Amino acid sequence: MVDRIRGRGRDAEAARAEADPAALPPPAARDPKTETWARVQLARNLRRPRILDLLPELADEFVELHGDRLFGDDEAVVSGFARIGERRVVVIGQQKGADTEENIRRNFGMPHPEGYRKSMRIMELAERLGLPIVTFVDVPGAHPGPESEERGIAEAIARSIGLMSRLRTPIVVVITGEGGSGGALAIAVGDVVIALENAVYSVISPEGCASILWRTADEAATAAVAMKMTAPDQQALGIIDIVIAEPGAGAHTDHAETARRIRGVVVEQLDLLAAIPLDELVEARYRRFRALGAYREIEAPPTVIPERPGLADRLRNLLDPGRWSGISTTPAGRRDELPARDEV
Amino acid sequence: MPIKLPSFRPRRDAYPPDLWTKCPSCGEMLFNKQLDKVLRVCPSCGHHFRLSAEARIEMLLDHGSFAERDAGLESEDPLGFVDQKTYPDRIAAAQLATGMRDAAVWGTGTIDGQPVVVCVMDFGFMGGSMGAVVGEKVTRAAEHALASRVPLFVVAASGGARMQEGTFSLMQLAKTVGALERLRAAGVPFLSLLSDPTTGGVFASFAVLGDVNIAEPNALIGFAGARVSAGTIAQELPPGFQRSEFLFEHGFLDRVIHRSELRSEISSLLGYLVAPSVAIPAERLDGDPLGLPSFRPLSFLSNLAERVLPPESETGDTTNGHGSRPVQPEPDQPASDIEETRRG
Repeated sequence: MVDRIRGRGRDAEAARAEADPAALPPPAARDPKTETWARVQLARNLRRPRILDLLPELADEFVELHGDRLFGDDEAVVSGFARIGERRVVVIGQQKGADTEENIRRNFGMPHPEGYRKSMRIMELAERLGLPIVTFVDVPGAHPGPESEERGIAEAIARSIGLMSRLRTPIVVVITGEGGSGGALAIAVGDVVIALENAVYSVISPEGCASILWRTADEAATAAVAMKMTAPDQQALGIIDIVIAEPGAGAHTDHAETARRIRGVVVEQLDLLAAIPLDELVEARYRRFRALGAYREIEAPPTVIPERPGLADRLRNLLDPGRWSGISTTPAGRRDELPARDEV
Repeated sequence: MPIKLPSFRPRRDAYPPDLWTKCPSCGEMLFNKQLDKVLRVCPSCGHHFRLSAEARIEMLLDHGSFAERDAGLESEDPLGFVDQKTYPDRIAAAQLATGMRDAAVWGTGTIDGQPVVVCVMDFGFMGGSMGAVVGEKVTRAAEHALASRVPLFVVAASGGARMQEGTFSLMQLAKTVGALERLRAAGVPFLSLLSDPTTGGVFASFAVLGDVNIAEPNALIGFAGARVSAGTIAQELPPGFQRSEFLFEHGFLDRVIHRSELRSEISSLLGYLVAPSVAIPAERLDGDPLGLPSFRPLSFLSNLAERVLPPESETGDTTNGHGSRPVQPEPDQPASDIEETRRG
């Protein structure tokens, strides 16, 4: 896990894949575990096209915009205006580096809070300008370090999810590589969710899942199968709407063709969404995510109100009643002040 | 209130009949009856023990005022997830151990006579992890709060999203936050209590989004597991990292409140967290009281928002709120059980 975050393990994997890409048999010929794991490896392939590799073919013009106006500019997130034919759109995407140097600059594609706050700023701009939004998801996870926590990575992700759930403009989401948990979902709440064939989408990395549930990261492939994290599996579950086939042995073999295929589907979806009134669009987006999740409703026994006095009541009787009438002036974090335990 | 199925033994009997609890923070042996009387706070060091949902409700709500809703919601197994046990087996074991059907309960009640819609999580049920049932309960609580214009109060206690439901559990982030956005637009307040622990996907969704965020002292609150964070920087984490006081210093909590003051402070806060009254359009009076299934609420909601709220700008940067209260370092308590359940 740590190795992955630092990029070490992944460099090694990629080096192996690059040394002998033909060693992998075609996906269909393999058992589920091998096939799923092959897709996870492809999703993480170092040469997989990133948003900046795709944009030259995918859009006719791209003007990048920088900075969150609050703290800084996070290069793990790329955002800006783009023109696709006559359509003007706003593009947001997560960008990993192609080599170690770029990866350090882009923090291995793991956004800090300022990355999400930048994308929120640009998305609100899109709403104001009436431009549709296209997001490109490719992230192992949001940056987990102390500086992220200090600046509120959880708050940034939650706000971003909330913003996307109410934005009054069409949103098309394309998962191009790794859809890693909350860091991915923060820019993946859209009207339509598209994924490349070898993209993956999961609530936790398979290594993380395996180390918790199987007590060893070696079972990552088993965990990947259990979580049904490949794009076709996610489509079957209704979480992804459209899966785009990749050229050749995977998107990394032909960036331009991958971009053209994405462009075709994105343009089609943008035109479909443009015809829907905004009220209906936002309502349908809410309904889409509102409906996800499997549960059943059993008839519950009637609520039993306990007859014995509750803990709170008993305590209140022990304490001075005056205390319950207003906020006390003592510092809230104080530990030295204790409930009336001398009466116990 | 946790459901009591006839075949389930009460929670108290599920534990070995021990009379004493050792404080994990200071090592003091505490007599359980006495501990209950002081709201399960260690008298010698102020360590706040975790509370079950039932104890939390008894402690915070007026006695007998809580009426549970949707007690019959139960998880399904959408992925057919099997690790070392099957997911249904894990659920059944957790139900037996806790007497609850899933890791959250929601309902209506009063605090010092002030009505609230309340949803309380229980860390004892599979680490309080959020699957479809928890997500649905939080969402229904928010929708009910919106329809009745009663403030929403959520007590979070969770390691994060529930891996066994895969991306469905990730989608609960979008579902709950989407409902909260509507609540916010309608001007109904939301009070969030982050208890020990609130991490991962629960922190990065509804828990962090309170109009007022409060926490108990020294609660573990964070996005990523401490081991991951430590791994990325390869150095010691700052003292008090991911504790309530750390979040308070960085501006993500309004107040850190000792458990003995919690109820009175919440009561005072609810005196301010009142939804401004609005005229309900006649068309909404007949029809579904929650206004849920029909396809109209959005335009209704946005009009509502314009009526009750001043034009609102997203407050993105909350990292500057440096408080003056010193962080109180505490002896490290064993966090291995939390560690294992944290995930994005």
